[in-house]
Amino acid sequence: MQPPDSQWVDQDAGPVVRPYALTGGRTRPVGERFDLLALICAVRGVKRDAQELEPEQLVLLRRCQVPTPAADLAADLDLPLGVVRILVSDLRERGLVTIHQPTRARVTDTQILKDVADGLRRI
Amino acid sequence: MAYDASDPTGLPGAIPITIKILIAGGFGAGKTTLVSSVSEIRPLRTEEMLSERGEFVDSLEHIEQKETTTVAMDFGRITIRNDLVVYLFGTPGQRRFWFMWDDLAFGALGAVVMADSRRLADCFPSVDYFERQDIPFVVAVNCFDGVQHYPIGPVTKALNLAGDVPVVLCDARRRDSCRDVLVTLTEHALRLLNRGQAEHRLPVG
Repeated sequence: MQPPDSQWVDQDAGPVVRPYALTGGRTRPVGERFDLLALICAVRGVKRDAQELEPEQLVLLRRCQVPTPAADLAADLDLPLGVVRILVSDLRERGLVTIHQPTRARVTDTQILKDVADGLRRI
Repeated sequence: MAYDASDPTGLPGAIPITIKILIAGGFGAGKTTLVSSVSEIRPLRTEEMLSERGEFVDSLEHIEQKETTTVAMDFGRITIRNDLVVYLFGTPGQRRFWFMWDDLAFGALGAVVMADSRRLADCFPSVDYFERQDIPFVVAVNCFDGVQHYPIGPVTKALNLAGDVPVVLCDARRRDSCRDVLVTLTEHALRLLNRGQAEHRLPVG
C-alpha cells in the first residue's frame, strides 16, 4: 500500500493523491475562504442547469436543503474537505448556495457554554 | 441527522449553532479512542498542497508538479439539541501536519490535550500551541488498560501549566469518562469567559 519512496505516507497520511480531478485542477476555492463548520444552505427556487454541474454538486445541493456544515458534507460524500470547499464555492458563485460563516471567532455567549455543559452531562 | 428543517426560508433563526472542540495530543495518546467513545464518529479526509507547507518549501523547491497529501482526521458529532451540535476534531499530532491547526482551531470552544503519562513530552507541543493561541484547554491523562502509571500530582507538576488549567485522569475507552473530560473543558472555558468579561468590564450576556 505504501509507495516505498514516499516520505508522506504512513498510517496517519493516506497515499499521495490527486483529488482535484473533480475541480478541474483548481486547488483553491473561489471567493472568501470559509470555515470547516461554516453552514452551507441551498438557495430555494433558483433554476439550475444540471448539465453544468458535477454529479457531486447535485448531491451537495440536495444535502444542503437543510443548513449543513462543510465538514459534514465532506464526510457524507467521502470527499476531501478541500475538494468540497471548491465545489461549494463554485455553487456560491452560481448563486445556488449561501454560506453562513460562524459569526464569532470565539464562543462568547455564556448561555451557550452553559447549554453545552448541561447537554454533555446528559449524554 | 437532525438539523431542524422546519424553517424552509433559511433565515438565521433556523441556523443551528455549531461548537468545535479539538482533541489533540501525541501519537497513540488515545485521541481516536476518545472521539469514538463519546460521539458519532465519521470519516473525514482533508488534503493540502505540499507546497503550501511553509516548513517544507525549501526541500520542495525543485519539485515542479504540485502534489497533495490526504490526511485522515478523527471527526465526531454530538447532537445536544436540534439547534446545538458539538463537533470533535482530532488534530493530527505530528509536526508536519501543523499547517492544519490554525484552520481547525478557528472559533474553537477549546481543546482536550490527551497525554500518556509514560510519554508525557509527546503532548508538550499541543500544550504550547493552545497556550500561545490563548485557546482554553484541559489535559486528560489517559489511563491505558485502566492503569494510572503515575500519580496526577507529579504529572501536573511536570506539565508546568500556567494558571488553573485542569488536569484530569480519563479512560478514553469509557464514554462516561470522556464525557466528564468534555464537561470539565466546557466549564473551564466558561470560567475563563466569565473572568475575561469581568476584567474587561464587558457586558455579561
